[in-house]
Amino acid sequence: MRNFRKLATAVAAALALAPAAALAQDAAPVKIGIVTFLSGPAASPFGVPARNAAEVVTELLNAGKAPAPYATKGFGGAPIQTVIIDEAGSTTTQVTEYRNLVQRHNVDVVIGYVSSGNCLAIAPVAEELKKLTNFFDCGTARIFEDGSYKYVFRTSPTQTMDSVGAALYVHDAKPKLKSIAGLNQNYAWGQDSWGDFEASMKQLVPKVEVKTSQMPKLFAGQYNAEISTLLGAKADVIHSSFYDGDLEALLLQAAPRGLFKKSTGILSAGETVIHKLAAQIPDGTVIGARGPFGPYAPNNELNRWFSKEFRDRYQVPPTYPSYQMAQAILGVKAAWEKAQAANGGKRPSNEQVAAALEHLSFEGPGGTVKMANGKGHQSIMETAYGMSKVVGGKLTLTNIKRYPAEKVNPPDGVKGADWIASGFKK
Amino acid sequence: MNRDRTLPILGAVMLVVVLAGPLLPQWALFLVTIAIAKGLVALGLMLLLRAGLVSFGQALYYCIGAYTAGSVGRFFNVGDMLVQMIAGAAVAALVAFILGFLLARYRGIFFGLLSLALSMILYGLLVKSEALGSTDGFNVLPSTVLGIRPSEAWVRYVVAAVGCGVALLATALVYRYLRTPLGQLAPAIKDNEIRVEYMGTSVRNAIHAMYVIAAALSGIGGALAATTVGHIDPDMAYWTTSGEFIFITILAGTGSVVAPFLGAAIFGIIHTVAFDLSPNTWQMSLGTALLLLIVFLPDGLWSLFTRRKAA
Repeated sequence: MRNFRKLATAVAAALALAPAAALAQDAAPVKIGIVTFLSGPAASPFGVPARNAAEVVTELLNAGKAPAPYATKGFGGAPIQTVIIDEAGSTTTQVTEYRNLVQRHNVDVVIGYVSSGNCLAIAPVAEELKKLTNFFDCGTARIFEDGSYKYVFRTSPTQTMDSVGAALYVHDAKPKLKSIAGLNQNYAWGQDSWGDFEASMKQLVPKVEVKTSQMPKLFAGQYNAEISTLLGAKADVIHSSFYDGDLEALLLQAAPRGLFKKSTGILSAGETVIHKLAAQIPDGTVIGARGPFGPYAPNNELNRWFSKEFRDRYQVPPTYPSYQMAQAILGVKAAWEKAQAANGGKRPSNEQVAAALEHLSFEGPGGTVKMANGKGHQSIMETAYGMSKVVGGKLTLTNIKRYPAEKVNPPDGVKGADWIASGFKK
Repeated sequence: MNRDRTLPILGAVMLVVVLAGPLLPQWALFLVTIAIAKGLVALGLMLLLRAGLVSFGQALYYCIGAYTAGSVGRFFNVGDMLVQMIAGAAVAALVAFILGFLLARYRGIFFGLLSLALSMILYGLLVKSEALGSTDGFNVLPSTVLGIRPSEAWVRYVVAAVGCGVALLATALVYRYLRTPLGQLAPAIKDNEIRVEYMGTSVRNAIHAMYVIAAALSGIGGALAATTVGHIDPDMAYWTTSGEFIFITILAGTGSVVAPFLGAAIFGIIHTVAFDLSPNTWQMSLGTALLLLIVFLPDGLWSLFTRRKAA
């Protein structure tokens, strides 16, 4: 019994201490729950760069060291406090931890989620708990195509935009193209990315021949069989939505066999590896960054500020997940302050902030973000693609083309797949 | 050990949860419900473990239960918790009945790996099925009970209370089963199969029955988890999920039908505290907890209670 009592005491103490540790600061701070991968395969490409961006941005905002229009300290003068949670584990874990964030830590806003599965699982819970929640990275278009929410937002564009942009770029850069092939991971992201790219290409080049679509399993690591098939297929372009570890493995295995020299590669999420693997990416490979981020970010004050502060602190340039996190925080800040102004300078409620964020247009380090789709809850942005060219050991991007937001995103209320099938009808 | 008081104790604990429920914060109710769901799966694993069989693939039936519950809502628009749990148990039991003909012939590592392989096949099939949302899964309809949809302030409590009731019923049945001759065969099978056969009983049939019961329990657990979480995805069949159930079973020990629920609750608490206190190293905290338990309580948490009686 003594053993049992000890155990019970320890558990009770740990439970009681947990929320207390995060409390105690000056006048009513705004608590933001940040959820992103801190462990597992998605941590190094997405989770950690995003967490770093959250840290640097919230710190600078608290110090009042951000350029206009974000110069006010914190959120409307109230300091920001963050609670960071690991996104690893099952959706059950994530829903549990989301509830803990909202009901035990009493956070005011939740910003997070890389995994599309987690976003789909969290959205109805956020509605149930009436908590403003902004998804910063996940790509699936299903969230606002299948559902309608009051408290759920996504300030980053959907995967539809990446695929349509990729198809438009390929069509512009290679007007004589006759055949395509795909190499994508066999899970929702890979399947959707390829599906939209293939459908878009068929609209742009009706006679295009689809040589092969390879779908190895996620995190397979070995792609020699797929590379052989693709070499045999001799398609003009090869579309791949691989990222980080898988993309590195693919590039390392493809380089000696010259795959992307024989066929033009289009790597829709390639930007996360260009700093590491410049030597393995043949010139002329098309690189995407899931929006106007990283090398495609506009040369404005916000971007100069963000990329300099980020580089000074972490010694690496920010990649697109960092940009998405920064813009997610800035978007909520813009809405918060708009709601506060409308509320006579008093701290706004979640409902007021949500109403202010609906259909809002705000500036981020990646340029203008318009909350135009999903009844004002889903952002659209312009996107850009370019071709790689290694100059003095560093990968640079040439032949950059930008596509306005309305050209690469469906109109509000139209599903991405239907929009592509209609021939991109406005 | 004194078995006679098990059911009253369990009933009392459940009653406390049901009565104290309205006072508990919602996040705690959610933890309790998930613990009940996982406890049901661990209860099934415990049955098999008593016969010396370790299933590394119990997530197969957990996932079948969850996807059945989700499909009932997605394709027939039924969100009733009770219907979902009954359907989940029925489909899981049916699949286990068929697979049981194969699995009941194997023991030890072969049984473990075969069950693991079967759950990974389901995982692979779900990942490839875009109609069911592939890796992203899909949302389960909001929970209703007997056609009534509780208000948002009460839904967590209602789900927890109904889950409690169903778990109590299932546990009572398992308790009864363990006292039948068939149920009492399990430790004998573990000790000496040949002797059991000489007694004139079929070991294979006994294991087959046990396997189906364990699957039905996991199916209920999966369905309860699905309606509680509100979302399902193929990760529910992934081997790490099975690993989690084994973790809970080891944590709990096989001393009593109550143990798995205690194990699941403690697991949930350790997990959420570790997440909270060390977001970057929570896996280490979890691993350390298991390691310490194995070293100091080799027979699981339940031995804390039995030791007291021995002393």
